[in-house]
Amino acid sequence: MSELLLKISGLNKSFFGVQVLRDVGFELRLGAVLGLVGENGSGKSTTMNILGGVLTRDSGRIELAGEDVAPSNSRDALALGIAFIHQELSLFPNLSVEENIFLDHFPRRMNGLPFIDRRTLREQAKKALDLVDLKVSPATPVMRLPQGERQLVEIAKALTRQARLIIFDEPTTSLTARETERLFEIIGRLRAQGISIIYISHILGDVLHLCDDIVVLRDGRVVGEGSRADFTIERLVTLMVGRTIDRLFPEREPGVRPDSTALRVRNVSQPGVVKDVSFDLRLGEVLGVSGLMGSGRSELARILFGLDPYSEGEIRVGEATLPLLAPREAMDKGLAFLTEDRRGEGLMMEASITDNIVLPSLVERSSGFMHWLKPTALGQAARDVAERVRVNTKAIDRTAVRTLSGGNQQKVVIAKWLLRVPTIFILDEPTRGIDVGAKYEVYKIINQMVADGAAILFISSEIEELIGMADRIMVMGRGEVRGFFERSHFDREAIMKAALWD
Amino acid sequence: MSRLDSRTLVLILLRFAPLILFAVLCLAFGLLSDRFLSLANFRNILTQSTHVAVMAIGMTFVLLVRGVDLSVGSVMYLVAVVMGLYLSDVSLFVSIPAIMVIGAAFGAINACFITGLRIAPFIVTLATLFMGRGLALYLSETKMVFQSDTVQTLGRASFFGVPWAIWIAIVVAAVAWITLTQTPYGRQIYAVGADPDSARKAGIRVQAITFSVFCICSVCAAVGALISVSQVGAAAATFGYQEEFPVIAAAVLGGTSLFGGRGGVFGSIFGAVLVQTTSNGLVMLNANPYLYPLVNSVIIFIAAWVDGRRRLMTERLEQRKIRIES
Repeated sequence: MSELLLKISGLNKSFFGVQVLRDVGFELRLGAVLGLVGENGSGKSTTMNILGGVLTRDSGRIELAGEDVAPSNSRDALALGIAFIHQELSLFPNLSVEENIFLDHFPRRMNGLPFIDRRTLREQAKKALDLVDLKVSPATPVMRLPQGERQLVEIAKALTRQARLIIFDEPTTSLTARETERLFEIIGRLRAQGISIIYISHILGDVLHLCDDIVVLRDGRVVGEGSRADFTIERLVTLMVGRTIDRLFPEREPGVRPDSTALRVRNVSQPGVVKDVSFDLRLGEVLGVSGLMGSGRSELARILFGLDPYSEGEIRVGEATLPLLAPREAMDKGLAFLTEDRRGEGLMMEASITDNIVLPSLVERSSGFMHWLKPTALGQAARDVAERVRVNTKAIDRTAVRTLSGGNQQKVVIAKWLLRVPTIFILDEPTRGIDVGAKYEVYKIINQMVADGAAILFISSEIEELIGMADRIMVMGRGEVRGFFERSHFDREAIMKAALWD
Repeated sequence: MSRLDSRTLVLILLRFAPLILFAVLCLAFGLLSDRFLSLANFRNILTQSTHVAVMAIGMTFVLLVRGVDLSVGSVMYLVAVVMGLYLSDVSLFVSIPAIMVIGAAFGAINACFITGLRIAPFIVTLATLFMGRGLALYLSETKMVFQSDTVQTLGRASFFGVPWAIWIAIVVAAVAWITLTQTPYGRQIYAVGADPDSARKAGIRVQAITFSVFCICSVCAAVGALISVSQVGAAAATFGYQEEFPVIAAAVLGGTSLFGGRGGVFGSIFGAVLVQTTSNGLVMLNANPYLYPLVNSVIIFIAAWVDGRRRLMTERLEQRKIRIES
């Protein structure tokens, strides 16, 4: 076996008396990719933040190439050769690619003088971009790059700092399938150059595919450690959750009512966005929507809910046609829409859980023509629905949504729509960035809604999830419907092919 | 695709909106007044706009990090009073550095409250706007403060046929341009304006940069005071009163965003010329003086509207992820 780069042992950390890391330890070889998995709150981020200099440890040792290190901020960590690529990239869209790469260590024109040497900057940036195989001019503003290329810029930035260890935190959440493949290729290349990688992800398939070794954390402890060959997805899930989950998806009796079209979409088109989309969504049905990012899935959802315009076609709910650009009307007709951007569009991050839940129902649940609010009744309604979706907090009227974990936040979004008792629920990536346990609970809520007779449009990038949950899957690509798959004919490869086919 | 193209087109139009406005104004004033379109008048406009230009350059630094400085007019008056009362006997080689130090100190007070106590720049500089003028009025006893002959000569004299005021503005502009575009510090200012949190994570000293830009803004205000007072010869109690208005308007008209991270030196200079052209044109037309604020407010409204539209459009372009991959 090749030599060790990083050895962590006996790492402890607690916040306000709550121990979040207990005796965490693992090793990372030179030029190896280590997968770090665990549910949200299992201590992955804390461990990585200590390593990346964002947090300080209570006790324990970090040995980097045989030396004890204790980075106390991100600058320190970088100087040691540890680069941390956060889930939300820290690039500046108003600056050029080269400026972003060298923002805190610009090449100077003369020693001691604070002038940027533009020529050297250009050359070095070009070299760094070549390393990650990104063919854009270094002078391009980052604003013009798609997410995937921005990530490559971030990697190039790490490489210019002579990083020996690069930490990726959920790097693929905003990447298309093609961009993800490219990222994996680059990671493979970095490994070949002897750079070690720590890869954090909820997508266990990727972890198994990409990593040499895997460490599983649960409740701040290492519960599994070994080479990739020792693990399967089932075993990883069991270790992460701490109990055996027989199935990843809860069972549901198919209850589609064949003649009960809830939502009828006919030939909906909008230039450059979607083209000639037609489908029926029936009561009691979960219609999965699959497709690569940029295939028009989310755009279709926004059109259906009246957030974006369409130039041709018709959208009918029951007998009534939905007017253009009128989300309020759509809501009154029983539609609900869970956005893919939970933090930006789905929640008021600083407001309490209660305030978030009652927001879309304020008018309906008020009294009189002046619409007086009824705080007690509202509070009770919010408590009921929060209990139904199991938001794990007691004081829901005093807890800011910002402080909740991703899974709990998503449950709050679901709860706020459940309070309106929607008949058609459009879910755009409802399980993105939430852990296995929370995912399972979201699935159960969906099943309950369908059992009560609602119709669900379930948009997801994870094909397994759709196969596990949907009655039917609609595949989109380049803004068009590529085909439908019935439950009896679900086939991962065929769906993938339909999404990729040009 | 055509939709994307039309968006880009609108963005380009918005970018050049101030230029279009400038052309329209020149044309309108030129048609209405035969004295407006003359070389002498344009030279006049340029000279008169120098102090606003210099102050707008300073304001650009502050706006770039999402701040604002309302106290520049008071700094102007304070500096003019101090120069007239206490620095009338010393040479310019002493008095100019002295007023710059006063400016920097005033900016440091703003910056202390903003970075130290994390109070919004709007509130802090609103307070120091009154504080500065109050202090200066106390010193001057609200009387007219006359400037020394050396200062007044500076206002009248030229160098190679170009007034000193313009030379000073050129030097300030050059230093500011080099700082913003050719130094790591300058590029980091843009980064802080785009996203202060990310900037902190990227190891940039956000607090230090925020502190420094407020000092720079006040130093520029002090230099602007020197230019203006040398042209006028004396500082009345209303000297620099409401001057923050044309200064911020100039910067925003020049394309500097109130939302931070976008803008530059040349835009602000152009904005200052545009603002001065309007006042000059109105004077040429013998317009009712009560109309001036109305016209000015329309112009700053247009500037703010254009800025808002541009930000919305760029955000939308950023947000719509759909790319029909080919």
